[in-house]
Amino acid sequence: MPAHDILIIGAGLAGQRAALAAARKGATVAIMSKVHPVRSHSVAAAGGINAAISPADDWRSHAYDTVKGSDFLGDQDAIEIMCREAPDEVLHLEHIGVTFHRNEKGEMDLRAFGGASMKRTAYVADITGQALLHVLYEQLMKHHEVIDRYEEWFVTSLVLDDAGSCIGAVARNIRDGHMETFSAKNVILASGGAGQCFKPTTNALICTGDGIAQAYRAGAPLMDMEMIQYHPTTLVENGFLITEGARGEGAHLLNASGERFMEKYAPNKMELASRDVVSRAEQTEINEGRGVGPDGVGIYLDITVVPKKRTLEALREIVNIGKDFAGVDITREPIMIRPGMHYIMGGVKTDVDGATSIPGLYAAGEVACVSVHGGNRLGANSLLDTLIFGRRAGEHAADRATSMAMPQAGTGAQRHDEQLLGEILARPKTGRRISEIKDELGTTMNRYVAVYREEEGLRTAHETVRRLKDEAQTAYVDDKGTIFNQDVLGAVELDYMLDCAEAIVVAAIERKESRGAQFRVDYPGRNDAEWLKHIDISRDGDDTPAVSYSPVTITQWQPEERKY
Amino acid sequence: MAEFKLRIRRYDPESGKPPYWDEHTVELEPHRSVLEGLLQAKGTTDGSIGVRCSCRAAICGSCGVRINGRPGLACHTHLDDAQYRAKDGVIEVEPMGNMPVIKDLIVDMDAVHWKKVQRVTPWLINKEPVPEREYIVPRESMIDVTQSMACIQCGACVSDCLTLEVDPLFVGPAALAKTYRFVGDPRDAAHEQRLKDLAEDPHGIYSCTHCFQCIEACPKGVAPMSQIMRLRRIAGSDFAINDRNNGYRHEHAYVENIRRNGLLHEADLLPDSYGGKFHPRAVPALLSSLPAISKALLRRKVTPAKALLHPHKAPDGVKRIYDIVEGRDERIELNLYITGTDEDNAEPVVAS
Repeated sequence: MPAHDILIIGAGLAGQRAALAAARKGATVAIMSKVHPVRSHSVAAAGGINAAISPADDWRSHAYDTVKGSDFLGDQDAIEIMCREAPDEVLHLEHIGVTFHRNEKGEMDLRAFGGASMKRTAYVADITGQALLHVLYEQLMKHHEVIDRYEEWFVTSLVLDDAGSCIGAVARNIRDGHMETFSAKNVILASGGAGQCFKPTTNALICTGDGIAQAYRAGAPLMDMEMIQYHPTTLVENGFLITEGARGEGAHLLNASGERFMEKYAPNKMELASRDVVSRAEQTEINEGRGVGPDGVGIYLDITVVPKKRTLEALREIVNIGKDFAGVDITREPIMIRPGMHYIMGGVKTDVDGATSIPGLYAAGEVACVSVHGGNRLGANSLLDTLIFGRRAGEHAADRATSMAMPQAGTGAQRHDEQLLGEILARPKTGRRISEIKDELGTTMNRYVAVYREEEGLRTAHETVRRLKDEAQTAYVDDKGTIFNQDVLGAVELDYMLDCAEAIVVAAIERKESRGAQFRVDYPGRNDAEWLKHIDISRDGDDTPAVSYSPVTITQWQPEERKY
Repeated sequence: MAEFKLRIRRYDPESGKPPYWDEHTVELEPHRSVLEGLLQAKGTTDGSIGVRCSCRAAICGSCGVRINGRPGLACHTHLDDAQYRAKDGVIEVEPMGNMPVIKDLIVDMDAVHWKKVQRVTPWLINKEPVPEREYIVPRESMIDVTQSMACIQCGACVSDCLTLEVDPLFVGPAALAKTYRFVGDPRDAAHEQRLKDLAEDPHGIYSCTHCFQCIEACPKGVAPMSQIMRLRRIAGSDFAINDRNNGYRHEHAYVENIRRNGLLHEADLLPDSYGGKFHPRAVPALLSSLPAISKALLRRKVTPAKALLHPHKAPDGVKRIYDIVEGRDERIELNLYITGTDEDNAEPVVAS
């Protein structure tokens, strides 16, 4: 049975950073992922990474912008740590090889981003996530002797001991279908968000909330789950992401009458207000009949105002996306976009070292909620979040590992999971298809749990999710094989997504105010007196989510009215 | 909505049966991708179709396949385009080539691709001292390496590399493009060692046959072959690496041959690559090539007269090209991120 000091589940930026940090501290490390690490969804992050590296900047300014962006729901102690450590982290990335673009003096160039009071976003064209992820993977290849990679392994559950500590995980090798129990002194969840609960979404097909659901089932509380970010610029055609970098480089948003409507909503920051503000403004324009396109469901993003040479060198990827997926040359004409589901601010509740409420279980990146994003994440803060808290989790877990004996995970969990997969494979073809259930879940969530929400719609969404949970119990699979059986794993993913979706909906119903990404038509104001607190969702014994609250940590910035 | 027929190459390793073709009809808008077609077939009729995929937006590199015989990303190919190119109206989707198939459209990239990437020392070897802040480097240098950094490791170039087909040990287009990402990076301390390593490797930079397949295949404009040629130019011109595979001398002989003749004079090329007809190195090379030469004569690919008395001489135009290129102060390297494509540089459409 494999045994490591640290088992990391998920090999995107948070997972890889955690692996490198833990290995550097001398821990034995395994990093496991259901896809090859460079396929992880961090690869899709486009615009950049925030850090106050300019001599004219100060991490406190970055921290304040983040607090304000979070609509004062972010925990300020965690935000301070992230912003204070950001410059060193970004310089570390530069030193290990990230090809950050430079200014004329040869220093790292910085671009403007939403909700930021100055230019502080370092970038590699508009493939920053890809550049970071591939460079970290270069480091994994370099340190292959001290970091074991389990590529294309799918985790089916976490293993807890009798005292309730996490001591490993059960996983299936996708390539040959065999199951194995991994013992570990610490497990770090770094398996990303749950965007596939929504349709459309900018998120990859692999973002099915696996880690969120695994921790939830193991008894760890989830926090801020109601906070779902709708990105202001996703392609009307198919929901693909158009980077905020476009607006950072100067692109305009226009409604049907060609008006730069952001003047009405955020006269100072215009297109570069925080994402929740811009998405709401767009949705209002669309709802009030000023949208563009055949059904009036879009908004124009006009990139032609950016000099063409600059677009070609710094926004290359969206030039391609425009051409290949929408048939639009963005250097010559505006492109139709609209708000689309992009990111989940919530996740497994952790402290500033990534530790969850379960001893031995850590979480970092989108799967986790520290909470540094609160009600709304600023663009280019997610890459930073993955790296800072990935590293901190890796280091903290490595320290914890030095003072304990290697636990021995029993085989009970594995037998249970083998039985479960066997049961799924044996289901008769009488239930619904998995893809049908997934589709209904996605469209339901996108209809009722989107930019604007209200009680009745949220209740409908909750009823639908409960029904889909029942239907998922009898959903059948076609593939009965063992080698690369994606079908049976799809059934497990569906269960993960449904758990996440339920937590999202329950938290959204609970929060009876409008803050950050949660806008309740029936409670349109922010209500600090009653709701300046986190909503925690935990699973009680019989699969019903229980709601509790935890306080927001405030250090230096008192809540104030939020204007851009 | 329109109907599209997909003919998918299936292989179930557990069945004991050989690969077979499996047809599915899907209904989607024509600009939707082949991947969406595959996923519709998988979602609505047969969940056992094996295909790796994740982002759907040509950035994760999972869904490399062959469509109508050409490698590419399934998510990056429109159904209507694919149908237009299909030989009988049915879109053919197969696993990539040059790599073992695991199941259906899923290939083993570790065995071929990732092993080669690991071989090129794929991490930055820092120039010392490492500065306290960032390395100060020319603005253009980072934009320049962005082109090879844009590689998503999808394997499309590996799939159709002609050299890999005959020489499975060839380091390959993707791993060599990755090498340029370090050789072009001014922060790397090992440019010369990297180049020497891959020039002396009998399956390294000089094994590329210049066939352009990888440039055609790459969905991200990385142009691996161009990166390989840049590695050669830097190895030969900047570091004067005269490799034992005779790669550099061969390239040099080729350039001189065209300068003289305008059209390739093959009878001269081989001896010139070894230092000229009377060079001691050339004799064994010529002797060992005798079977190939006599076969070519027998099959009348060349006539003795033409082979020996190459009548063609370089016209002035060819000389002018050489003068212009060699008269430049520095080499001009084309790079997508800097120059764009012809299409990018087209004049804006004037509204009429």
